[in-house]
Amino acid sequence: MFGKLSWAAIPFDQPIPLIAGSIVIFVVLAVIAWIVLSGHLPYLWREWVTSVDHKRIGVMYVLLGLVMLLRGFIDAIMMRSQQAFAYRTPGYLPPEHYDQIFSAHGTIMIFFGAMPLVIGLMNFVVPLQLGVRDVAFPTLNSVGFWLTATGALLVNLSLVIGEFSRAGWLPYPPLSELTYSPGVGVDYYLWALEISGVGTLLAGINLITTILKLHAPGMTYMRMPMFCWTALASNLLIVAAFPILTATLTMLVLDRYFGFHFFTNEAGGNMMMFVNLIWAWGHPEVYILVLPAFGVFSEVVSTFSRRPLFGYRSMVAATMAICIISFTVWLHHFFTMGGGADVNAMFGIASMIIAVPTGVKIFNWLFTMYGGRIVYSTPMLWAIGFMVTFVIGGMTGVLLAMPPADFVLHESLFLVAHFHNVIIGSVLFGAFAGYAYWFPKAFGFRLHEGLGKAAFWLTLVGFYVVFVPLYIAGLSGMTRRLQHFDVAAWRPWILIAAIGILIMACAAACQIAQLVVSIRQREALRDQTGDPWNGRSLEWATPSPPPAFNFAVLPNVRGEEAYWGMKQRALEQAKLGEEPAYVDIEMPRNSPTGFVCAFFATFMGFALIWHIWWMVGLAALGAYATFVVFAWRDKDEYIIPAETVARIDRVNRSARNAVLARHEGAP
Amino acid sequence: MNTPEQPQQSRFGALLHAAPFGNLNGSADNLEPLRCPRVLNARTARCAVFLAPLLLTACQVVVLDPKGPVGLANKTILIDSLAIMLVIVLPTLVATLAFAWWFRTSNARAFYLPEWAYSGRIEMIVWSIPLMVIMLLGGVAWIGSHDLDPAKPLASTTPALEVQAVSLDWKWLFIYPSQGVASVNRLVVPAGAPIHFSLTSASVMNAFFVPQLGSMIATMNGMTTQLNLQADAPGTFHGLSSQFSGDGFSDMHFDVLALPAEQFTAWIEATRKTGPILTPETYTALTRQSVNIRPFTFRAVTAGLFQQIITRQLPPGPGPEAGRPNPSVSPRTEK
Amino acid sequence: MTAVDATAGGSDPYRLGHDQESPTRQRTLGHADRGLVSKRIVTAFGFWIFLLSDIIMFSAFFAAYAVLVGETAGGPSGRELFNLNNVGIETAALLLSSFTVGLAGIGARAQSGSWFYGAMTATFILGAVFLSIELREFASMIARGAGPTRSAFLSAFFTLVGCHGLHITVGLLWLLTIMAQVLAKGYRADILRRILCFGLFWHALDIIWVGIFTVVYLMGVAL
Repeated sequence: MFGKLSWAAIPFDQPIPLIAGSIVIFVVLAVIAWIVLSGHLPYLWREWVTSVDHKRIGVMYVLLGLVMLLRGFIDAIMMRSQQAFAYRTPGYLPPEHYDQIFSAHGTIMIFFGAMPLVIGLMNFVVPLQLGVRDVAFPTLNSVGFWLTATGALLVNLSLVIGEFSRAGWLPYPPLSELTYSPGVGVDYYLWALEISGVGTLLAGINLITTILKLHAPGMTYMRMPMFCWTALASNLLIVAAFPILTATLTMLVLDRYFGFHFFTNEAGGNMMMFVNLIWAWGHPEVYILVLPAFGVFSEVVSTFSRRPLFGYRSMVAATMAICIISFTVWLHHFFTMGGGADVNAMFGIASMIIAVPTGVKIFNWLFTMYGGRIVYSTPMLWAIGFMVTFVIGGMTGVLLAMPPADFVLHESLFLVAHFHNVIIGSVLFGAFAGYAYWFPKAFGFRLHEGLGKAAFWLTLVGFYVVFVPLYIAGLSGMTRRLQHFDVAAWRPWILIAAIGILIMACAAACQIAQLVVSIRQREALRDQTGDPWNGRSLEWATPSPPPAFNFAVLPNVRGEEAYWGMKQRALEQAKLGEEPAYVDIEMPRNSPTGFVCAFFATFMGFALIWHIWWMVGLAALGAYATFVVFAWRDKDEYIIPAETVARIDRVNRSARNAVLARHEGAP
Repeated sequence: MNTPEQPQQSRFGALLHAAPFGNLNGSADNLEPLRCPRVLNARTARCAVFLAPLLLTACQVVVLDPKGPVGLANKTILIDSLAIMLVIVLPTLVATLAFAWWFRTSNARAFYLPEWAYSGRIEMIVWSIPLMVIMLLGGVAWIGSHDLDPAKPLASTTPALEVQAVSLDWKWLFIYPSQGVASVNRLVVPAGAPIHFSLTSASVMNAFFVPQLGSMIATMNGMTTQLNLQADAPGTFHGLSSQFSGDGFSDMHFDVLALPAEQFTAWIEATRKTGPILTPETYTALTRQSVNIRPFTFRAVTAGLFQQIITRQLPPGPGPEAGRPNPSVSPRTEK
Repeated sequence: MTAVDATAGGSDPYRLGHDQESPTRQRTLGHADRGLVSKRIVTAFGFWIFLLSDIIMFSAFFAAYAVLVGETAGGPSGRELFNLNNVGIETAALLLSSFTVGLAGIGARAQSGSWFYGAMTATFILGAVFLSIELREFASMIARGAGPTRSAFLSAFFTLVGCHGLHITVGLLWLLTIMAQVLAKGYRADILRRILCFGLFWHALDIIWVGIFTVVYLMGVAL
């Protein structure tokens, strides 16, 4: 009746997951209870859950990303502490549990931490920077978000029902085949990623269409802010790479569920093919994460140096070069699989070539700072931290791209330190920079600066205290994913790394405290004009938070750095431009399609994992019905009358006029 | 130049490390543990900068302290690539911090260029210098990959010892086909002689790695991979699997004993006298999942056993057979 | 409608050679100057991007097939299994159905019930013919012990061809849903956009089929 599911799947006999799961369930229920009892449910349903507004969806993506970042970070604390304890002792996590933790750590951080963070930032910012009202397909945007949330939910469910995969964040066969992983863990992994992969693909299609087809009048491609270019490159990679992931995971599903022989040891299966296919996705994936972060830094460095971005055309060329070359380097993830000297050399050289456009970007940011008047707000601190950290990480990457060097460093802690160096240095720092930079735009008040700076410094120091010892441990021959070890030389480095993770935990506490304190002090931190940083691109022309329609009238863009030009003219003339002629605005209607679809997807995923076939059929039917209901609706837009638009816009104009009056005469 | 006494050295190594830098052939004349910063002058300075903190642990940074020609060549390429990149990276880091500091708002002496956003000359430099460095590194990559191809035999007058390695769950089996013995979780080799490995796996993907001797190589069921290594002098080295393979992975390490030639022959003789025989049946028993196996030896090996493993005449090892509540929900390794 | 002016502060900070005021320049800004493009173009463009992603997914299955085509594990190979007559009929049916779906699109834009419903029904029948032949082929192979669990080659074959068949099945379901929609709501603009997307989808499946019958069937039998 319920497939493989039984009460024994709940870890009553394992204290750690039992307690952790109980705490999480309690917190979730408490939050839901508070929402319902205080009457916030209708608001939440109407304004957030069923919203198709790119700004709301962007905020929800970022929220999901931050929560899952915390979950992944807790996994990291457990890993570091287990290794700190487990020198010649078994430690406190048995191998079955430890293996799940490092698999979950990687899966969650990449798919449910970093991806939602960058997609959320792109979702929120890109339409505002392009000067348009929303993305190309608003309801699909909502579907994409909720399917990603479904994937996150399934992974977290595995903590309390069954178990998670023990095969690492990329489950190499034959270890991940049914013979060697007969449990439900790999199935949780597979279905969570298949479902959220659909969501990610939808986001990719949406943002490509938006960037290429929806612009404010006069906004040609070469006038787009740099963040839009990197968003375009990242989404092109999503659309080109994620289908490979879907296909490869489907092959593994077919092996496990139907006894196919794609990657099995028997009947001609080829495990090397999995490694090739998965990294053909996997390498573009890291560029999907990194490119939006580069875009954030382009915006931040330019704004806080109070100069235009240096070498815009070069940056665009470098971004598209990275986009294309990222598809030609995948073999550097498995030089040691024995492909032969020619193959290894060619891919090593290709991997080094990709360092050239990356270096060009770094130099362009450097020359953006040159001749600037730099303000050390939190986002700029993250940017400078990124420039130092990412360059070091990139260097170790080119080192690993040298096959003979990789032959002694592959799968060691040196490798682990390298990829954390580049991902934390670029994606995490970029996400936090973007979070601090655009938070006022999203919510109308700034974040507390002092706590933000504290969080930055603690993260920076903590990062080096964790990962420099891991570089050394890797050079000392320590491989990754060890649940215990008995080589004395490795021990001091592991202990120092454990201290580092405590420092990073303090940093996380600062970030959380910053949010709480900022909400408490929001009136003092209020952003009156919508332009708290003296920004250069169009999102700063809107009030904070922007109204549903973004711009009362779409701006007519006549040059680069559209908003900067508007501002300079207004300051010169000591007055705003003329009040525009307001017209009615059509906006897309909210829809529960995304949420309901994800509801059915969750049940379908869960049923597939536990082999509850009748539930699979029902859920699939439900998903189809949801789409038919959505397709059947007659009214998909609503009108915002011109008077409402005028009223909202006049508030914005008067706030900016007040600022102009205060600065009368001053440049 | 390769004289018969000198072990294999990469062409690139020969180019860069001519006379002024002394003899870097890893010859067997220095066994002192603190000789990490090896030779003279600039290289010492570079090494010292990186390795100073490592002196704390008596230089157990074994990847940088290789005991064989392959490991030495790996390390040489590693250090040289690092040095080449630092030429660009260090000035960049310095410039980043310098610009960030000098152009802060409170510095009244710094000039302000509110409109400058393009310079053809700078563009030319920032594209071409990294390109040239990468071309240099690309050459190193091409030559190094070919010189250090794991399947490439080592130049030596001593004939290579054949070892067939099989990774199982979760131990290592080493078969000596010419000597007709086998060993589990301990690899005994003659010092100063090249060793040619043929490797495969009984079940899942693993990787054979002895950090202090050099390159690693993956092992896969149904396939053979090749590796050539050499220990220049007698010693004990740590060996492990570097590709995660399941719950017992952490115990999948083994000792590598490099013995002088006579002692190696004596070990072979002693091994032939006692212990079980490695037959298809005992091999199949060995493929069952187990952890933390103490090293032991087989006094004889069925001829062609390795071939049977590769062609899957002997089927791959089974997976976990116990579980909570059953293996299809949460598998367990029987200890 | 007036718009907010947004002239750049400096005239050309990136030296892109923009002459802001030249009339030629204004004309060549294209749609960006006139404002947002039509929904039809946006929808079709987005659907094209989806189709490209789908083709990449098929490429991964093609790649797997190419790697595994020789791994018959002692079992039957393509030469022993494939019946080119059936493949010929399948191909003819699919190609013809592409033609009829084009007719249906024209009929929808002309708002002609007989052309639209007739052509869509013909498309459905031809698609169903294709699907039934393919299912019979699969069933007979499985009955002969040449199912997907027999060897890696057969796993790859069933997955590649089966994935295409699954897309056809979903397409047929979509086709019926669209016909029901037109029946209920007429030839509304958004429904016409969906018919356009369906047409693109069906043609793309046809193109993929050309790839399949070349790489799998023709090369499997001839080489």
